[in-house]
Amino acid sequence: MTVYLVPLIIIGGLTSCGVYLLLSRNLTRMLLGLLLVGNAVNLLILTVGGEAGNPPIRGRTSGTETTTADPLAQGMILTAIVIAMGIAAFVLALTYRSFRLTTEEDVGNDPEDTRVSKLSDSDAAALDEDVPQPVPARDTDEPDELDALPGHDGSR
Amino acid sequence: MSLSGVLMPLPVLIPLVAAALTLIAGRRPRLQRLITLAALTGVLVVCAVLLHLTDRDGTQALHVGGWGPTDAGLGPLGITLVADRLSALMLVVSAIVLLAVVFYAIGQGIRDGDENQPVSIFLPTYLVLSAGVCTAFLAGDLFNLYVGFEVLLSASFVLLTIGASKERVRAGISYVMVSMVSSLIFLIGLALIYATTGTLNMAELSLRLQDVTAGTRSAIFAVLLVAFGIKAAVFPLSAWLPDSYPTAPAPVTAVFAGLLTKVGVYAIIRAHSLLFPSGRLDNVLLIVALLTMLVGILGAIAQSDIKRLLSFTLISHIGYMVFGIALSSRLGMSGAIYYVAHHIVVQTTLFLVVGLIERQAGASTLRRLGGLAAASPLLAFVFIVPALNLGGIPPFSGFIGKVALLEAGTANGSVLAWLLVAGSVVTSLLTLYVVARVWTKAFWRSRVDAPEGALADSAPSVLLDDYSDDVAFDDRGDVGRMPVGMLVPTMALIAVGLVLTVAAGPIIGYTDRAASEVLDRGQYITAVLGGHR
Repeated sequence: MTVYLVPLIIIGGLTSCGVYLLLSRNLTRMLLGLLLVGNAVNLLILTVGGEAGNPPIRGRTSGTETTTADPLAQGMILTAIVIAMGIAAFVLALTYRSFRLTTEEDVGNDPEDTRVSKLSDSDAAALDEDVPQPVPARDTDEPDELDALPGHDGSR
Repeated sequence: MSLSGVLMPLPVLIPLVAAALTLIAGRRPRLQRLITLAALTGVLVVCAVLLHLTDRDGTQALHVGGWGPTDAGLGPLGITLVADRLSALMLVVSAIVLLAVVFYAIGQGIRDGDENQPVSIFLPTYLVLSAGVCTAFLAGDLFNLYVGFEVLLSASFVLLTIGASKERVRAGISYVMVSMVSSLIFLIGLALIYATTGTLNMAELSLRLQDVTAGTRSAIFAVLLVAFGIKAAVFPLSAWLPDSYPTAPAPVTAVFAGLLTKVGVYAIIRAHSLLFPSGRLDNVLLIVALLTMLVGILGAIAQSDIKRLLSFTLISHIGYMVFGIALSSRLGMSGAIYYVAHHIVVQTTLFLVVGLIERQAGASTLRRLGGLAAASPLLAFVFIVPALNLGGIPPFSGFIGKVALLEAGTANGSVLAWLLVAGSVVTSLLTLYVVARVWTKAFWRSRVDAPEGALADSAPSVLLDDYSDDVAFDDRGDVGRMPVGMLVPTMALIAVGLVLTVAAGPIIGYTDRAASEVLDRGQYITAVLGGHR
């Protein structure tokens, strides 16, 4: 079996561009990256499926080819393309929804992660679940009824 | 055609057909619920019969559409479904969990109201998820496994972002991206395998990969391990899980936590024992297992939200299963299979209980919770039993699973295995510490002592609606007693967990047979290829 260099180079190029885009926080870029890597993988499957040849239908020939092309590789690519299309549509919908909610396209950090990562020795006591902490700087915008409750005495 | 040949496609077909029917019945919620419950009950019955048949007759294979191996030496051309003891056990446990969780979700919906949704998409999506899980467990070729993964992932994307609130969309994006990357890596692995052997049928691969040089084999296995490792949330690849799971509604988190990671573990078992049995990456797997256990449980200690805390224990305990698999022995595999069954049940139960806590107390973070044991002794009971089970307290199944794994580890005897044994014990103790912390804070102390105890969500959360405001705890409307529709499935899963203890003898016997069957690849290959190899 002969291996052609050009498809392999294209696969490498598509994958590296795709990975670069995927590492971004911008949703559209991530989707494009996903699609590029997806296409690279599809091309990889096509390449490993062997050389071009006659259509895999009995009695059909294409030019002067003597061998038959591998239909299985093409079947697999078709499945992968359909799946990628469905997911792309879903991600686009998600992007739109995210834009409507936050008016920006970048993905934010996990708020809980941020909170936990800020726990150092000195802050740990303040965030302990056991000790009710009066918050002196608590804003007095809260309803007055809350003032009598533990943790809300700061506004008095 | 034999009985198993008729039954094997049903766990995939029934949920898919039912999903179509529930979509048609979108405007009639009662009919929709009825169809869903009937379908999942049917799946459970079919899986139970399959379990009996595989245990009696050994591995069963079905070539869908009759495209099996031919006398001309061509391998199976179509889709192959294979059920052995391992997949049958996974199917039964999954079917039980799926049925219990949908019962819970319906109970929650009826009580707390989900009438404001335009088209009811939860149940159809849930059924598609069930079909995907069953496809993955029954797949006899790698591409079908890939399709099974994609089906369950697509459904899980919808379930995770259901209602599309800000928090869920953010979590959903990272979940979708990470899952798709893992699928692409899996696809690269498939291409490499196809390039090397020219087939994707697992039985044929098992034969043909023997002739491939060891280096190539290890390289392909490593690619597959990365793909499955992301799905199973094994340590360096696990950061996505606690980020995304906790934002979903309680029943969705429960079924994800129970099943989705275990599908990844199942795929690792298959790849490790059937395709790449040489065990050349076992040391890597052992180290990864140790790190998964320790890093996971240390993460859990730092959390104050119970859902996130449980997500970290979920990651941590995946380490136990990888440990059992990487030992490459019958004892280890048997322990791993038992542990998977135990962990599916107990982790799902705990997430369902958190759903109950959230509904009754209006919060799931330890900064707000308190006094639950006095407020509802029943809730305390349904929490403490699975919690102790997770921590590995003796009579429960967690203890039995851990003992089986520890025995397998000591039987192995290598330094690394002993290190893993020590790590398992430490992790088990830390798990106990973590659940004890939840117990003392949420259940034992008074709510007045909680730093934010005065605040609570204004209303019980429902599937779609996530926009809940904070109100003073005393102003919160009375949510009433726990709905029977939510309590009964939780109790039923606790009972299933207890059955794993009471019937531990026969079940360990079964997992022993399953482990021998998985490790002796001959049965699998003969069942699929028959006399045509």
